Parts: sequence; C-alpha cells; structure tokens
Amino acid sequence: MSATPTSPATTILSPPEAAPQAMDSGKCGMLCLICSEITFFGTLLAVYLFYLGKDLPGTPTPTEVLEVSAAPMKVVFNSIFLLTSSIWITLAVRALRKGAMGAFAFWWFLTILFGAEFLVGTGMEWYGMIAEQGLTIRTNLFGSGFYTVVGFHAAHVTIGLILLSLVFVLTLLGFMHKRHAEKIELLSWYWHFVDGIWIAVFTIVYIIGR
Amino acid sequence: MTTLPQPGHADGQGAFRAPFLSRMHEWIATADHKKLGVMYVTTGLIFFLIGGLEATMMRWQLAVPGNTILSPEDFNRLFTMHGTTMVFLVGMPILLGVANYFVPLQIGARDLAFPRLNAFGFWLFLFGGLLLYFSYFGAQGLYGMGSAPDVGWFAYAPLTERTYSRGHSTDYWILGLLVSSFGSIATGINLITTILTMRCRGMTLMKMPLLVWLMLIDAILIMIAMPPLAAAQVMLLFDRLMGAHFFDPQGGGSAVLWQNLFWFFGHPEVYILILPAFAYVSEIIPVFCRKVIFGYPLMVAATVSIGFISLGVWVHHMFALGLSPMVNTIFMGSTFLIAIPTGIKMFNWVGTMFGGKIRFDTPMLFSTGFLAMFLIGGLTGVMLATVPFDWQVSDSYFVVGHFHYVLFGGLVFSIFAAIYYWFPKVTGKMLSEKLGKCQFWLLFIGFNLTFGPMHVSGMLGMPRRIYTYHADRGWELWNMLSSIGVLIQIAGVLFFAWNVFRSLRSGKDAGADPWDAWTLEWSTTSPPPEYNFEEEPVVHSRRPLWDLKHPEDPDWKYE
Repeated sequence: MSATPTSPATTILSPPEAAPQAMDSGKCGMLCLICSEITFFGTLLAVYLFYLGKDLPGTPTPTEVLEVSAAPMKVVFNSIFLLTSSIWITLAVRALRKGAMGAFAFWWFLTILFGAEFLVGTGMEWYGMIAEQGLTIRTNLFGSGFYTVVGFHAAHVTIGLILLSLVFVLTLLGFMHKRHAEKIELLSWYWHFVDGIWIAVFTIVYIIGR
Repeated sequence: MTTLPQPGHADGQGAFRAPFLSRMHEWIATADHKKLGVMYVTTGLIFFLIGGLEATMMRWQLAVPGNTILSPEDFNRLFTMHGTTMVFLVGMPILLGVANYFVPLQIGARDLAFPRLNAFGFWLFLFGGLLLYFSYFGAQGLYGMGSAPDVGWFAYAPLTERTYSRGHSTDYWILGLLVSSFGSIATGINLITTILTMRCRGMTLMKMPLLVWLMLIDAILIMIAMPPLAAAQVMLLFDRLMGAHFFDPQGGGSAVLWQNLFWFFGHPEVYILILPAFAYVSEIIPVFCRKVIFGYPLMVAATVSIGFISLGVWVHHMFALGLSPMVNTIFMGSTFLIAIPTGIKMFNWVGTMFGGKIRFDTPMLFSTGFLAMFLIGGLTGVMLATVPFDWQVSDSYFVVGHFHYVLFGGLVFSIFAAIYYWFPKVTGKMLSEKLGKCQFWLLFIGFNLTFGPMHVSGMLGMPRRIYTYHADRGWELWNMLSSIGVLIQIAGVLFFAWNVFRSLRSGKDAGADPWDAWTLEWSTTSPPPEYNFEEEPVVHSRRPLWDLKHPEDPDWKYE
C-alpha cells in the first residue's frame, strides 16, 4: 500500500545499467510489416506452385499464354524498370541525408517514373491477356492464380506509388527536410520489399511456371 | 502515499465529471493504450456473453433427444457463430487488450510504439465483429437463403463455394474476419516493436517479466500466422465473387488445400490464444506464492520453442483426411514434441507453488483451476495426437470436450484470474473476494459438468455438430448433464457481472499495490495516470519492486 510512484533507482544502490535499446521503433515496425507481407505473398505463391500443371485439359496453359501475348521480353523490360527504381530511391535517400533537396527531388521523381512504367507495363500485359487471349480470373486455375499473385503485387506497387507521390508533392511544396531522412528511408524499405517480392513472383510465374 | 493531482485521472470522489458527450468523445478519439486496453477487454466480454448465449441455445436443443427448439439450419448458424465469436471476437480482443494495457506498464514505457495504429487496430477489430454479426440482417442477398454463416468456424471448402453456400452469409464470414484480423496483425506488430524498442533503462531481454516475454512470442505468431489466413480468405472471396477456382473441385481446385491453409493459421492460433493464458498465470502464481518464478530461463526457452513448433503441427487437425502414413506420422511426432515445452511450463508453475506461502485469493484460485483444467485438456490433446486414437474419435464430442478444456478451462479461467488480479490496477477498486470465490466454484463445477461428460458421449460415438439425436444411443444422460452444467456456469457468470457492477459502484479502494506484487505496473497509482510513470523507471532485476521494498536484500545480487 505504501509504494510511491517513484522509480526504484532512487532508493537502492545501483549495479551498472544496461545500455538502452539500439533499434529505432520505426525500423522495427517496418521490418515486422515486411515479415507479415512476406508470409502473405508466400502463401499466395505456394498456392500458385501447388496448382502448376493442374489445369483442366482444354484450358489455356501458362506456356501458351505467357509465350504468345505477354512476350517474355516485355516482362523482362518492365522488371528492369522496377528493379532499377530501387537504385534511384537509394540515391534519393542518400541525397536527402546530405540535405541536397534538388538531387532528392530528381531521384525521387525518377523512382516514381520507373515504378509507374512498370505498372503501365503490367496493365498492357493484362489487356493483351484479357482482350486477345481471353484469359480471365474465371477461365481456369492458371487464370485464378496468375491474376491473384500478379494483381496483389501490382496493388502493392500502386500503394507504394501513392505514398511516393505524396512525398514528392510535399517536397515540391517545401515541407520535406533533411530531418525527415529516417522516415523517408522506411518508405524506401517498403519499396525495396515490393521489388524483392517481384523477383520471387517473376521467378515463380515467368521462369519456373513456364 | 503521495497525493499529487493526476491529470486525466478522475478518482470519482467530488471530481469534476465531464458531460456524457465529451466523455464519449474522449473514449472514441483516444489513442491511449490503457483506454484502448479497457475497450478491447470490455468488447471481448460483451462478445463472450453473446457467444455464451449461442452455446446455451445449442445445449438447450441437445438436452433431450429429438428436441425441436432449433431448426437444423439455425443450429448450423449457432455453432458457426459460437466458434467464430469465441476465437476471433473474445479470445483475440481480450488477449490484445490485456497486452495493450500491461505490456507498456511492465516495461516502464508511456504507451505502445504506434498509439494511433493501436487505435486503428481496435476499431478494425470492432467493426470486423459488427460486420460478422450484421450478417444476421444483411446476408439474405438475392437468393433469400442467407442469415448468418453456417459453414463452421473453419469453413471447409467446397461447402463455402458459391454452389453450396448461396446468398452472402459466407462473404460476411470472410470479410468480418479479414477486417478484424488486419487489426490483430497491426496490433501484433505494434506489440513486437514496443517490446523490442521501448523497454526502460536496465530492462534487458532476460529481465523482462514473463508476461512481456510471452506476449512477444504471441505477437510474433500473430504476425506470421494471420496473413496466410488473410491470403486464403481472399482467395475464397475471389472464388465466390469473381468465379476463381482455388477451392472449387469442379474447376480443378483443391478442397484439401483450404484445410492446409486454414490449419496452418489455425494451429498457431490455438497457441496465440493459450500463450497469454500462460502469461497471466506466470505473473499471478509467483505473487500469490511469495516466491520468484521457478526456472525463469527455462520458461523463456519453453515459450520460444512452443512458438517454433506450433508452426509445424497443423496436419494433426487433418488425420482423418487420408493423407499418407508418412505425413501423419511426422505430424504426430511434432505434436508430441510440443507437449514437452508445455510440460516444462507445467512443472515450473508447480515448482513455484512448491514450498511457497500460498494465498488462495481469487486470482490464485482461478490460476490453480487453470493448471488442473489445462492439464486435462493437454492430456486429451496428447491422446488425440495419436493417429489411431484420433481416427476413432475425430469430429466427435471427445474433441469438443478436449478443446473446451484447453480454451475454456485454460484460457477463460486464466482470463478471470487476470481480471481479478489486475482489476484493482485498472479501476482502483477491489473486486469482492466472496463473490469471486462463489463465481470460481460455480464456474469450476459447471464447467466440469458440461465438458467432462462430452468425453464420454464422444467415446460413445456422438459426432459434433449434429442438431439432434435418437433416444436409443445411450447419449441422453451425458447430454443432459452437459446442459445442466451450462446453467451452473451461467450462474457463475452472473456472479461475475454483479461483482464488477458492485465494485465499480462501491468497491474497496485498492491503493497502488494491493497484492504486494513485484512488477512495474504496481509502482504507479491505480488507475495509472495518462503518462504512466512520472519519471522513467530504471530496473536492475526481474522484480524491480522487490528491490525497492527490500533494499537490504535486492534480487540483482543473485540474478
């Protein structure tokens, strides 16, 4: 009953204190978010792998669809855009750390541009598949899996682009400063994660799955 | 005791009471971990009453053979809603709520790492739950066949496909759980971050209270196991709304895959629910035995290994499916394996009690009840993990008895222990010991009367989820006993409600530290001020308040 709201340290002889935690909570939270996203995509990709080659006879197979309309080279081309955008965002964060706002805005805009190119590429690929090949999510297991996996990735790219654009607008309006570098770096981690997941999706859908 | 005025803390006596609307606004707009914790637990308890009502209706129907109080369709809806409610809308919010309230207090922090994300998580959970229950009104859809979901809480495909589940009831099941599990993932991430980055000075990982350790592993399990459920539910939603074929055998999809995905979430979920129970008794037993917890490092190691192994046992829910003997044997082995760390914990709690000066106050009474009941549930669990035995009783009332001993005898008993232990801290008022003891014995007797006979009726071949049965099976006596037990449990719950109501109105003042406990939450006032601690605490051992109270013999000399 008599305990007072004071810290124990005031009344007892202290042994040496341990150092406070080294990790920043933003970083830890972002890593956790990425972990949970990985288990989400992991499940989708496991399902995709499980259903490979199990399509009902007479329905389009991944080989037919991905060889003809999507034209593998186009996908590789788009992927290069997405993956290089990771380099631009790293350069942007580095520029922001130094306080070079012009360079930051430039690299940041390049990231958005390259990400948007990837999204447009995905859109054109889907248009080709749906309009010319007639493959939709209800055609067969391949359609279901393909649009779900690639679609969820594209949704993550879209969310990323919205956040990147928001930061870009704030930069143009002059609200972004050197002191925000830590937080902007977290956003770049998310962007790297979106790119990393694309490597897994690309490998499974366009290399193993074909 | 210092009586500094505490902003944001009305102690009820002559204090200014804000008008109703502004008090409501304060609760709705809050991002304070303590208010959110109270809201989580209160909402969870309300859903507990709803889920209990559903169970009561089912037991009423099953009390005598050939009963016609409920239609088969209503019965299907009731067991689906009962299971879904108890797991997602009672277990999850209460465990997240207690963690919300006490993790920051026990690690000497002022809030969670992301307070607004925390509020967002709570509202997602609440509206997810409301969405699920809105199905009773909104699920009719175009087909006029709706009402609540009726596919069971694990919603096996292909019964959930559009062909078999018309209307929108299953969509409500998917969306309600999807929304509330996003909230759980957000709060899980929040807890991990808080524990890893916001501990006060001196609190190394091995000096954290066990509640904090267990909630860390629990939050990691939430983070790993809930997204796969979300993915599976999204695929099911695509099947139903857009005509995809993931779990539709006619389109080449696999119903077995749904079972794998669901239980890959479902079994870790069982441990997500039971680790907090372990956490509460690990805090309570030492305090009421006046001893340090026996084998702290081993407790931590056992917790971590339970977390790991729980991710690799899910197929034991699917032994009756006809998978290969090799697969069954592997998962039988891993399930036996998880009994080892759980057994270690059991021995450590008993070891803590051994030779202690035990005070049987209500929290301790419920903790002891937990030990005994959870032991029975654990032992029937080991029986069920044995493939040949499982084949005999799979999907029978034996299984129902087993998991209620784990989740009711285990989780709910420990939740009541936690409420009796921490209610004084949260409200500043003591709960009545007399009413608490009445509640414990009513609940204990009613619980055993309800779920004990289920083992027998299951052995006699009574399958779960049947809405009625014939009189010639020899099941009447056992079902009647189960139903009588429910009445006694209801009496117990009423005692609890009365106890809470009475103590809020005119309970004894608790003071800062009514149990003479040792963790940091008891070093601040009851209820704690909005900022928790006036100055950041510094700890030197696992029992900072022991050091404070016994400067001549502090713990850190021995740890």
